[in-house]
Amino acid sequence: MAQMKFMCDAERCIECNGCVTACKNANEVEWGIQRRRVVTLNDGEPSEVSISVACMHCDDAPCMAVCPTDCFYKTDDGIVLHDKDLCIGCGYCLYACPFGAPQFPQQDAFGERGKMDKCTFCAGGPADSPEEEYEKYGANRIAEGKLPLCAEMCSTKALLAGDAQTVADIFRERVVRRGHKDGAWSAIGNGSPSAIDAMAYDATQDQ
Amino acid sequence: MNMRDVLSWLGQGFRLPRLAIALPGIALPGLLLLVALAFGSAALAADPNAEIAVAVPAADADTWRQVKDGESFIDTRHDSTYSLINQSGETWRQWRNKWVSPFGLVAVGGMLVMITIFYLIVGRSQLDEPRTGRKLLRWSVLSRALHWTLATLFLILALTGLNILYGKFVFKPLFGDAVWAAMISGTKFLHNYIGPFFGILLIFVLAKFLKHNWIKRHDIEWFKQGGGMIGDKHPDAGFANGGEKAWFWMLATAGMVVFASGLVLDFPNFDQSRDTMQWANIIHAVGALILTAVSFGHIYIGTLGTEGALEGMTTGYVDETWAKQHHNLWYEEVKDQAGEAPAAQPHDDQADSTPSSSSPS
Ligand code: HEM
Ligand code: SF4
Ligand code: SF4
Repeated sequence: MAQMKFMCDAERCIECNGCVTACKNANEVEWGIQRRRVVTLNDGEPSEVSISVACMHCDDAPCMAVCPTDCFYKTDDGIVLHDKDLCIGCGYCLYACPFGAPQFPQQDAFGERGKMDKCTFCAGGPADSPEEEYEKYGANRIAEGKLPLCAEMCSTKALLAGDAQTVADIFRERVVRRGHKDGAWSAIGNGSPSAIDAMAYDATQDQ
Repeated sequence: MNMRDVLSWLGQGFRLPRLAIALPGIALPGLLLLVALAFGSAALAADPNAEIAVAVPAADADTWRQVKDGESFIDTRHDSTYSLINQSGETWRQWRNKWVSPFGLVAVGGMLVMITIFYLIVGRSQLDEPRTGRKLLRWSVLSRALHWTLATLFLILALTGLNILYGKFVFKPLFGDAVWAAMISGTKFLHNYIGPFFGILLIFVLAKFLKHNWIKRHDIEWFKQGGGMIGDKHPDAGFANGGEKAWFWMLATAGMVVFASGLVLDFPNFDQSRDTMQWANIIHAVGALILTAVSFGHIYIGTLGTEGALEGMTTGYVDETWAKQHHNLWYEEVKDQAGEAPAAQPHDDQADSTPSSSSPS
């Protein structure tokens, strides 16, 4: 079975937030919830770098380990999903998650947070009908043989989603093609446009 | 640099971030994401001069600080205060799952086992002499009402708390998802709404019972004699004996800590950080588990363990013999009031609220 992973190539990410918008649109998540976010370090400086983050579908997922209701499960594809019927909104998954992925529709007195929501790798979640599934968890693109919409729509193909091996292979190839011993992530040539262009070369295309 | 070199340091690069980011023991897919930021340092180590010549610094110590502190950092998520990587999450997980949870079970379970063994071997503490039939007023209606309300709320909080921590191992496999879903959401509701009321009531009860619970020299002696188990004479005790005072101060300290940390967890609307809540959770759980374990001792002594004790808290009256045996100093003060228990319940200020051995003697 495939082991689904996301990877964001920070050298390519241009902080366009296309992934954020694509996700919001694909899953019609509640107001105030944004499953994916783009984080930018040193905005506006030469060392600026951006990266798109959501649930990373951890192998040994901390959220799963601490959930008092044990509502998480891992699909055969290594995707971490949770059952909203069991979730009590205690927030423990958020305390434990390395990436700030779990979010809640509210944050009120007496620990009233509503049901936790997070990226499903566009794999929906447990429900009795497709309608209910869409309502609760958003799209199940995986069931349709498609990858998460965020990665599919990423304009620079910075955000990759798919089997870990495939993602790693694409990435490795990029690094090699870039021919830069610093790998894929740091700027080169003191930021000169031609050097940057060379790095943005899409390794998935034949030359 | 040829292809083989690139690939070989790539291999190293892939392993490097595991060291760079202290998230022990978990194989995160996020590794890939982390690799993204750690790559630079791998190459830097390989050939520092060449690197400095061509590149602006990539992932250095500064970058890592930004990643975890959320410094010079923008996040496109609405209202987000989250750093890129929540460093303490895994630490909290390990603390809760590896230490608090198993040791709580040892404390609470161990206490139950010890009490059972004690009961089987030593048995109940009987009255040494027959009852005289003359009764002494010990607990007023108000005190009893406060005690039993607090006790009920405590039991609900302790049971629901245990369910939050351990329920998934027992009831989920036992009853299935549907029942478990209702059970755990009810549990959370009860715990989170009753908690604050328990805490407020606790403050009232502590204030009301405080006057009986100042530690006296004879209380130290009481403990030295194991409350009467070491040696064959009963140690001196006033209205409250050493053990009761210990339980009082336990509630006044651990109880208040559990209350305060519970409030931190219960009111996320004040925007306290994840880190604050992780700490609050550990403190809350440790305090609560200790209280739960000790409460079993209190419950045992007050019911099965001591003949004639429970009736004090149910009817308000205790037998003269019991008073003389367990609370001799108090008995000396109030013995002339011994008599028939009146049918009408006495007003509050006639019972435990009258000055007793807690006043300087
Ligand atoms: C005094 C007021 C109290 C408040 C405001 C309070 C609040 C909370 C909150 C908000 C949680 C997190 C669980 C959730 O949101 O679902 C929690 C967990 C817990 N509480 Fe309390 N609580 C209080 C008293 C107690 C008492 C008296 C006990 C036991 C004697 C107790 C035992 C526990 C336990 C064992 C947990 C689970 C900890 C864990 O899962 O790591 N609590 N409490
Ligand atoms: S929610 Fe967080 S801890 Fe859970 S799998 Fe996703 S990234 Fe990992
Ligand atoms: S908020 Fe829901 S999913 Fe998260 S730990 Fe609590 S019960 Fe589990």
